[in-house]
Amino acid sequence: MASRVTIKDYLFESRLFMQRSVQALIFAALLLSVLIGRLVHLQVVAHEHYITLSDDNRIKILPLPPNRGLVFDRNGVILADNLPSYRLEITPEQIPDIEATLDALGELLTIRDIDRKRFDKLRARTPAFKPVPLRFHLSDDEVARFAIDRHRYPGVDIVAGLSRHYPHGPLAAHALGYVGRVDERDLQRIDASNYSGTTHIGKVGVEKTYENVLHGNVGYRQVETNAEGRVLRTLVRTPPSPGKNLYLTLDIELQNATEQAFGDRAGAAIAIEPITGEVLAFVSKPTYDPNLFVNGIDTETYNALRDDDKQPLFNRALRGQYPPGSTFKPFVALGGLEQGITSEHAHTYCPGYYQLPGKARKYRDWKRSGHGSVDLNDAIAQSCDVYFYDLALSMGIDRLHTFLSPFGFGERTGIDISGELPGLMPSREWKRGARSQPWFPGETLITGIGQGFVLTTPIQLASATATLSVYGQRMKPHIVASTQIGDDIELVPVGSELIIDLPIEKRENWDAVIHSMREVVHGKRGTARKIGLDSKFEIAGKTGTAQVFGLKQEEKYDAEKLEEKLRDHSLFVAFAPVVDPQIAVAVIVENGGSGSAVAAPIARQILDNYLKKDEPS
Amino acid sequence: MSTLLDSSREDASRRDWQHILHLDAALMFSLAALSILGLFVLYSSAGSDDQLVLRQCIRLGIAFGAMVIVAQLPTQWLERWTPWLYGLGITLLIAVLAVGDVGKGAQRWLDLGFVRFQPSEMMKLAVPMMVAWYLSDKRLPPSGSRLLIAGALIVVPVLLIARQPDLGTSLLIGSAGFFALFLAGLSWKFLGGLAVLSGAGAPVLWHFMHDYQRQRVITFLNPEQDPLGAGYHIIQSKIAIGSGGLFGKGWLNGTQAHLEFLPERSTDFIFAVLGEEFGLFGIGVLLIMYSFIIIRSLYIATQAQDTYSRILGGSLAMTFFIYIIVNTGMVTGLLPVVGLPLPLVSYGGTSMVTLMAGFGILMSIQTHRKLLPT
Repeated sequence: MASRVTIKDYLFESRLFMQRSVQALIFAALLLSVLIGRLVHLQVVAHEHYITLSDDNRIKILPLPPNRGLVFDRNGVILADNLPSYRLEITPEQIPDIEATLDALGELLTIRDIDRKRFDKLRARTPAFKPVPLRFHLSDDEVARFAIDRHRYPGVDIVAGLSRHYPHGPLAAHALGYVGRVDERDLQRIDASNYSGTTHIGKVGVEKTYENVLHGNVGYRQVETNAEGRVLRTLVRTPPSPGKNLYLTLDIELQNATEQAFGDRAGAAIAIEPITGEVLAFVSKPTYDPNLFVNGIDTETYNALRDDDKQPLFNRALRGQYPPGSTFKPFVALGGLEQGITSEHAHTYCPGYYQLPGKARKYRDWKRSGHGSVDLNDAIAQSCDVYFYDLALSMGIDRLHTFLSPFGFGERTGIDISGELPGLMPSREWKRGARSQPWFPGETLITGIGQGFVLTTPIQLASATATLSVYGQRMKPHIVASTQIGDDIELVPVGSELIIDLPIEKRENWDAVIHSMREVVHGKRGTARKIGLDSKFEIAGKTGTAQVFGLKQEEKYDAEKLEEKLRDHSLFVAFAPVVDPQIAVAVIVENGGSGSAVAAPIARQILDNYLKKDEPS
Repeated sequence: MSTLLDSSREDASRRDWQHILHLDAALMFSLAALSILGLFVLYSSAGSDDQLVLRQCIRLGIAFGAMVIVAQLPTQWLERWTPWLYGLGITLLIAVLAVGDVGKGAQRWLDLGFVRFQPSEMMKLAVPMMVAWYLSDKRLPPSGSRLLIAGALIVVPVLLIARQPDLGTSLLIGSAGFFALFLAGLSWKFLGGLAVLSGAGAPVLWHFMHDYQRQRVITFLNPEQDPLGAGYHIIQSKIAIGSGGLFGKGWLNGTQAHLEFLPERSTDFIFAVLGEEFGLFGIGVLLIMYSFIIIRSLYIATQAQDTYSRILGGSLAMTFFIYIIVNTGMVTGLLPVVGLPLPLVSYGGTSMVTLMAGFGILMSIQTHRKLLPT
């Protein structure tokens, strides 16, 4: 050790250290004087202020929850409202024997087991000085009864609040969603202090997606309370800022007409305004009453909904993934034209089946006797399968995938309701990844008629149809049109978003496909000619029938023999008027059978309802 | 044991009991007085809980015991073992991150089977020791490259502990290291550069942050914006201190402390209880005691005979100051909330033992004097 210190200048170092120690001491003294200054401020200058805050009385900080924004349809019809309601709250800290108090309250008011269980749960995670709700939605009678006895229950209060109400009940429930009580899962993802006065939070649908907009910001007041905990006066009050109102793009009258048209069939329908992407109707049937969920649904009702065969809680419009069937054909046809693989007037002979070269397996047409020689127009109008087997094989899966993906097949549309599923647009890469198998030519054939691996959601199908109708301008579908900071204040539009403007090789190709879709409805041999007979406007459409149940080679499909849930899905996509389209729709009726029979008439009712409004009456 | 090394200069009066026991009376009695004051405050804040005060007494006993034991170790011996202690500490810190127990949502504990151990505590001493060891090797003030290495010796454990996450301890260790550098003669130019760099870096960082991150920083800096969340403690503790006035509400009479819900009122926020019950006067007494201990410690450091002891002693003294200023600054709402106890007053064990071991080192520096190598 001695050798280490020899080269050092001892005197210099010890002087340096002394100097630095004094500097450090000065630094400490400076900080200490800041602290003392602060203490003098708190304890001498502002002493009076703080003594009033603490003197005998106690200070409480009470949250003031913001009012949740309202939801309207595009015409200002209210869809989600706040109604006044009373709830009973208990501040555990102020009650010596909670169990006894609860029992006593139980004789005065109705307190169910579920209420007590929830109370215990909430209490466990709330500081003792904060009130915990015991009952919601007290009746006027109960409020009056408690008011008389109130002096006997210190620490128990009736609090007036607002409760969410959906005046239209089940109508548009899958779009609107509902609010429910804040639970542990919600607590993980929200700012707890902003929700400290809030009892409800958006759980699904627009209520969930726009939670941040609808909720607003919490306010608070510092209050002085007496020993019993009753508020004596408010010291500081910061008002909450209420949530914004939402104006949806939905037309509730159209929505209603569509849901009526479904009757008690299960399925989904979407109507979109093609040039903006605004969703005019968002139907998933069957539906449910969202009011049931607002204040806690009872187990029995919930189980009944959950176990219902037709799955009323399932959002088919967003999450139902169906094979598009023949509604896929116009898009495949357009691909064939745009990529120069076929031309409008090229003919294919349809003997009623198709065989891959050198293979025995017959890919059948829905019409066993065949369509004879068909061109593109006939093939779409009559929904010839063989034409599309042939076209798909010429295109190959790669080109099919490249052309169809930009229409949004196989990806989420990005609609502003959460929970959407992407569907599936198969490709070689997908199959190698997902199935570890190469792609087989037969799979290309059935992709051409919208069967096989292809899956689409109703919202996707509607969006793709809308995109086709306006020559490739793909708008993002959205359901919220504008927000409003307060009642009677100007609306702030959310705006439409162009996802992609598809390249057009030749406008005539698009004209040809749209013309053939017009023939589906208005042509002599169109598959949906029934709905075109008395129409006041021109409709372009395409029927589809999606197989749920695979048949053996020589078996014949017989709807009567099959159980209902194995019957084909019935699909129809359409837009109208053909020139300058105002509305595009996709309708899927689960197990409805053929597209022309069930889905097309529903689509016609949607179009009628919407377009008749534009006519001067 | 060190008769041969004892300077012939030293007169008989220095061979008193302090040198025989290797203790420093001034430090020891002021620490003891402080602890007793702390026990009174704790008794009140804990709602007259005898058991809790008894447990604190036992901890104080252990801590004082640790101080006496460490004081017996000669500084040369400490110096020799410094790199090993530091290396062991770093290893254990890494082990904690890998396999540590999660207590209160942070990984700090290492379960050795028979005892649970917090390596970050050890680093409170090991980091200033290591910096002192490294710098005392060569001429002071340290050159640029040596500064970089010394900086790395500090930053590595600070980051490891911040990862646990234990911001309070990593702040303490960072300042212990910083003060070691400062006392060793870190140039003002370098210090100025560091200040400018962090001043310029902040807006750039701010620019790249997300909105929610910015909101967190704002709440962190100004908790009163969030009176229902992070700001609640601060509002309540300011009311407690402010309402205490000049002489306080009297022992056991603090209404805020007894009726109001001030979490951590026996631990991190105990200063507010003192302020409420004993007023500015009581706080003055406490601050005078603290100041005396700091000045005495710095004095011991300046009187030390070798660079290692000097830097280490000075750094320990200043770390003690940081403890106090961060805790009181936090409780009075001057600084953001960082979980650091008020030394020797707050209820709690592990950090107290480390703290007292640090005073043991100071006493060793004071009492293990040797012949000057001239």
